[in-house]
Amino acid sequence: MSILVDKNTRLLVQGITGNEGLFHTTQMVEYGTNVVGGVTPGKGGEWVLDGKIPVFDSMKLAVEATGANATIIFVPARFAADAMYEAADSGLPLIICITEGVAVQDMMSVRTYLDQKKTRLIGPNCPGLLTPGESKVGIIPGNIAMPGNVGIVSRSGTLTYEVLYAMKNVNMGASTCVGIGGDPVNGTNFIDILEMFEHDPKTEKVMLIGEIGGNEEEKAAEFIANKMTKPVAAFIAGRTAPAGKRMGHAGAIIEGGAGTAEDKIKALENAGVRVAKHPEELPSLLK
Amino acid sequence: MKLHEYQSKNIFSKFGIPIPKGRVATTAGEARQIAEELNGRVVIKSQVLVGGRGKAGGVKVAKDPQEAEQLATQILGMEIKGLPVRKVLVDEAAAIDQEIYFAITNDRAAKKPVMIASAAGGIDIEEVAAKTPEKIIKIHIDPLLGLREYQSRDIAASMDLPREYWRDFSKIAANLWKVYQATDATLAEINPLVITKDKRMIALDGKMIIDDNALYRQAELAEMRDIDEEVPAETEARKYGLSFIKLDGDIGCMVNGAGLAMTSMDVIKLFGGEPANFLDVGGGAGAEKVAAAMRIILSDPNVKAVLYNIFGGITRCDEVARGILTAMGEVKPKVPMVVRLVGTNAEEGRKLLENANMITAETLADAARKAVEAAKKGM
Repeated sequence: MSILVDKNTRLLVQGITGNEGLFHTTQMVEYGTNVVGGVTPGKGGEWVLDGKIPVFDSMKLAVEATGANATIIFVPARFAADAMYEAADSGLPLIICITEGVAVQDMMSVRTYLDQKKTRLIGPNCPGLLTPGESKVGIIPGNIAMPGNVGIVSRSGTLTYEVLYAMKNVNMGASTCVGIGGDPVNGTNFIDILEMFEHDPKTEKVMLIGEIGGNEEEKAAEFIANKMTKPVAAFIAGRTAPAGKRMGHAGAIIEGGAGTAEDKIKALENAGVRVAKHPEELPSLLK
Repeated sequence: MKLHEYQSKNIFSKFGIPIPKGRVATTAGEARQIAEELNGRVVIKSQVLVGGRGKAGGVKVAKDPQEAEQLATQILGMEIKGLPVRKVLVDEAAAIDQEIYFAITNDRAAKKPVMIASAAGGIDIEEVAAKTPEKIIKIHIDPLLGLREYQSRDIAASMDLPREYWRDFSKIAANLWKVYQATDATLAEINPLVITKDKRMIALDGKMIIDDNALYRQAELAEMRDIDEEVPAETEARKYGLSFIKLDGDIGCMVNGAGLAMTSMDVIKLFGGEPANFLDVGGGAGAEKVAAAMRIILSDPNVKAVLYNIFGGITRCDEVARGILTAMGEVKPKVPMVVRLVGTNAEEGRKLLENANMITAETLADAARKAVEAAKKGM
């Protein structure tokens, strides 16, 4: 057991013939992930990884031929929104978008569209998912994590690796590690994942890795206080980040004073979450 | 990317939103000339990319061309929140009856665009929002449906705008929505949108921020970037695709990933140091990019030590090590450097740096501690 991805995940890769797509497909297959096919428009009929993985022209064709149940997107930012629409229209329940730099107006449209479907989007601008020992759907280096009972949810990429590595150094393993991405508009938020961890029998403890900006950490704190029985530890990046020179008033009107590390840490501590001073301290808070 | 007021208003005007007559000037003489052309009272407005210009004395009314020249001289010599004023906008002065706040921006919590309006517009709008939130009207816009006319009418009615202005307001709202969409704005703000004594609606001030992620399809707007308003090192960093922010401390940082870069700064501070910058070399950074990053960090004379924290994923540690070696050959740094490499090809990376006379560290905490020590000692 774990959340979102496991041994039964049958994965497609959108942008499989690109540099990044191909490199990470290789890494995922080596890890044991069941990659059943890929999509690159105009390259249908080709095969990659020494003839092991078929390439299709469209998601529709790929899903029909492979019976896939998840897709991961590596296409460049300007094509990412289209790739997400295509994935949703092909009926897949799970999309993971690694691509960084998707325009925010594109993401607001994508998110609005996906909310009307039964498709879950993780990302964009995220490192993806890792269920150690079972399935890697993303770019988290597989060798820095071991199987275990700690669920991890994070807005960051390399900072998450840092935490996984610190855990492994003290023999602490992860049930599933979820990178939800750092963009202002994304597909899945902290609360969605916390709820899944709360119901996942394999997860006994949870780590939340947040950063400055927005108010998702504050909402997560409220959820933890009211709905969670499992212990949670957290780290928030950006205590020393300087306040941006604000232009216009809309940001202040919409978000108020929210978004600072201090506010987030306070909200989490008030919810009973133990907050680490630095990421390598996190594992000791859940011992 | 932030746009100046005059740039924002030019865009508004192109999309059919009425703005005052006026032009931008870089000298007091030009300001005088524009005032002569406008033939009446004018407003001299500093053009800097920061809020609070009026309160800082950067916006003044002149009754004639001579006073316009005097005030322009004064304002062009000012600094507002650390930014020197290089341009002023000279606009015809309006006789104002009412000031309205009106903006379209992204609501990241709702994941939708939101239209915000208030009949109590002007420079104190944030105070209005904090003290009397009921005076702020917000309506979310479905991005797939676009702004519907009934929504503009609802806003007009909610802020008790007299009915005779509903049509003008709806037109301005529809056009601001077009501006927001066409320019990939994250903010399109009119404050104030005024009703003049002669019953016209005019966008007296304008502010826009464009989504950096969309600049690839906004070539014309990308050209409008005012690099005079940036720290030169930040402009240089952008050329190499590096995310860099200059800070006041003395420990330079090079890290891959924004979250980890912020965290490295936090840990430096935790151990009693002060970071000199935020620098994210990004994923998959090659030697050339790393060398550029190092040159930028070392160009800051305050830097007394440098911390390299690289967690290899897409980024390969041996590539980073090669970049460090290249840059060291060019720049010949005189400050101590602490390096921590973990993850993809870390072993190879460490070997490459063996003879580079750098301080090595195993953990992030260890690296930060050593960097703080090194900066205090000097070398």
